[in-house]
Amino acid sequence: MDRISDIMGRFGGVYLLPLILAALAFVLIGAPSSWATLTVAGLAMGMMVFLMASGLSLIFGLMDVLNFGHSAFVSFGAFVAASVLAALSGWLGADNVLLNIAALSLAIIAAMSFGLAAGWFFETVIIRPVYHDHLRQILITMGALIVSEQIILAVWGGTPITVLRPQFLEGAWIIGDVSIEIYRIFAFGLGLAAFVGLYLVLNRTRIGLLVRAGVENREMVEALGFRIDRLFIGVFMVGSALAAVGGAMWAGYETLITPALGGEMMIVVFIVVIIGGLGSIEGTLLGALLVGLTANYVGFLAPKLALASNMILMTAILLWRPNGLRPAVK
Amino acid sequence: MQHKSTYGTLAVKTAVLVIAALLLFAPFLFQDVRALEVAARICIFIVLVASYDLLIGYTGIVSFAHTMFFGFGAYGAAIALRQMGPGWDAVLLGGLAGVLVSLVVATAVGLLSLRVKAIFFAMITLATASVALVLASQLSQFTGGEDGITYRAPDLFKTATKLMVDEDGKVVRLFGVKLNGKLAAYYFVFFTSLALFLLMLRVVAAPLGSVLKAIRENEARAEAIGYRVVAYRTFVFCLSAAVASLAGTVYAIWLKYTGPDTTLSFAIMIDILLMVVIGGMGTMWGAVVGAVLMVMAQYYLRDLMGAAAEATANIPLLPELLNPDRWLFWLGIIFILLVYFFPRGITGTVMQKGARS
Repeated sequence: MDRISDIMGRFGGVYLLPLILAALAFVLIGAPSSWATLTVAGLAMGMMVFLMASGLSLIFGLMDVLNFGHSAFVSFGAFVAASVLAALSGWLGADNVLLNIAALSLAIIAAMSFGLAAGWFFETVIIRPVYHDHLRQILITMGALIVSEQIILAVWGGTPITVLRPQFLEGAWIIGDVSIEIYRIFAFGLGLAAFVGLYLVLNRTRIGLLVRAGVENREMVEALGFRIDRLFIGVFMVGSALAAVGGAMWAGYETLITPALGGEMMIVVFIVVIIGGLGSIEGTLLGALLVGLTANYVGFLAPKLALASNMILMTAILLWRPNGLRPAVK
Repeated sequence: MQHKSTYGTLAVKTAVLVIAALLLFAPFLFQDVRALEVAARICIFIVLVASYDLLIGYTGIVSFAHTMFFGFGAYGAAIALRQMGPGWDAVLLGGLAGVLVSLVVATAVGLLSLRVKAIFFAMITLATASVALVLASQLSQFTGGEDGITYRAPDLFKTATKLMVDEDGKVVRLFGVKLNGKLAAYYFVFFTSLALFLLMLRVVAAPLGSVLKAIRENEARAEAIGYRVVAYRTFVFCLSAAVASLAGTVYAIWLKYTGPDTTLSFAIMIDILLMVVIGGMGTMWGAVVGAVLMVMAQYYLRDLMGAAAEATANIPLLPELLNPDRWLFWLGIIFILLVYFFPRGITGTVMQKGARS
């Protein structure tokens, strides 16, 4: 057992888990073409969930604040993007890729700016007064979640909304007998870009250094004279914006969205954050990929089990590593 | 505690006694079907909220799985009544099965995650509860899926049952109220709820209650004094799960219908949370006040808001927000304001009045 963990550690330790999972699924599924489709779907889903979860994890890591209202940003992002896309439907339907891209970018930018603004509002108005009080934090953010859901219901109504996709992301590539939806590739790419961007900012810049130091030991960073609360507002806003973008991408993926979307995603996001360990984006990415892959594989192999699969995964990982796979918070 | 005999405490206790009296005589005081429905719901939610208060108010554990245990009890009774036909054996078996399942799940969740941070626990219970909800709607051959289960309650509680008959074979009226099965059902609900509530009142008055408060106030210190925090927490989690499960059984018998919306849904969890916070955490009296206010609001505030929405029909956005379906919006705002300014809730704040602290 020790030798196995040694070898695993040398080749990347817990980061091998998604690969092991994929290999296991390959054997169980047996058909390479469906395996490939499922894997791509799982990776795409994982990346979108990563977008939603990374902010939550960082916010908790840095300031010990758990935002139960995080899923409100996801829903808002989805609905704002859907509205923008609907307003620009002429551009989307046009046979011009540039116009398509312009409409899509506008939708994502709208979701992102909304996330930034809402994040700022949330942090300063709602969470600021209840720092260091977990019980009241949970209650307050829960209350904010209720209010946000009601606002969404009031503005967009309770009926499902169809989300338009840009023309160039419709359809699928067919390679051999494997068909891959283009939108999934796009979602994966965007998620990867966000991860790489976050990783570089956290590991290569001064601000990133301060954020990581703050996660490690906040008092010490404050004692050195840095205004960590200002940093925290920034992290909170970026985290909310990422969640909104994740919601926007998810809206395009589902193509039919209801106000319940945020609540449904919240459970997945929490599971991802718990699996990954709080406070690290690497852990969150790992958790998101694991959850995305498991959901797709199990959904194919044993549809009855699919709903409980995330829960089983979480229990198994918590029994093995009670603090998650890659926690940054001790 | 210092506020043992302040006039604030006295006021709260008087209010609770008045509520208890009103509930006791509810069938005679408010003689329409809806009012009785409201009264029964209040009774059950008082128990449910009080059992949740054991967790959140007394021990400082935030769980989002309380409706799951409520649902276990309700579904236990519902499935048993459905399969075995109406009878007390089915109620007993279903109720016990519900409690048993609740205890097993609560112990598992508790031991797995009560040793970690409060926030972790909250997230895990949320995930568990959502799985339970999904399972209930998926395993439709047992649970009836989204449609739920309808069944018949034991014969004693049928509206057609006559508790007392006069010479003509007609049901006896007492102060104009028919002594029929509906009345028996209501008093079954009332007295079971009363018994469960008194049990919990006894628990928090016992030394155990003080230990729980000690854990809430300072976990490390409680551990240092020699109390096994994890064991106590798991115990209180199991206790509140069992009580919630029993409340679910009673509710299932009263409604003669069990479905995800009446027992398991997240909306009910939010209701419970609102009731605890509005009423006041950490006092059993708070559960009573909170449950009464919220259930009344649920039934009667919507009518009021409908009227307000019509009155403001010409102003933009306001009618949308005053729409009766949006009542949670306002409750959410009230909830946030309460957590900011009156974290002790209504009873906690009132009980502080006159305290010599």
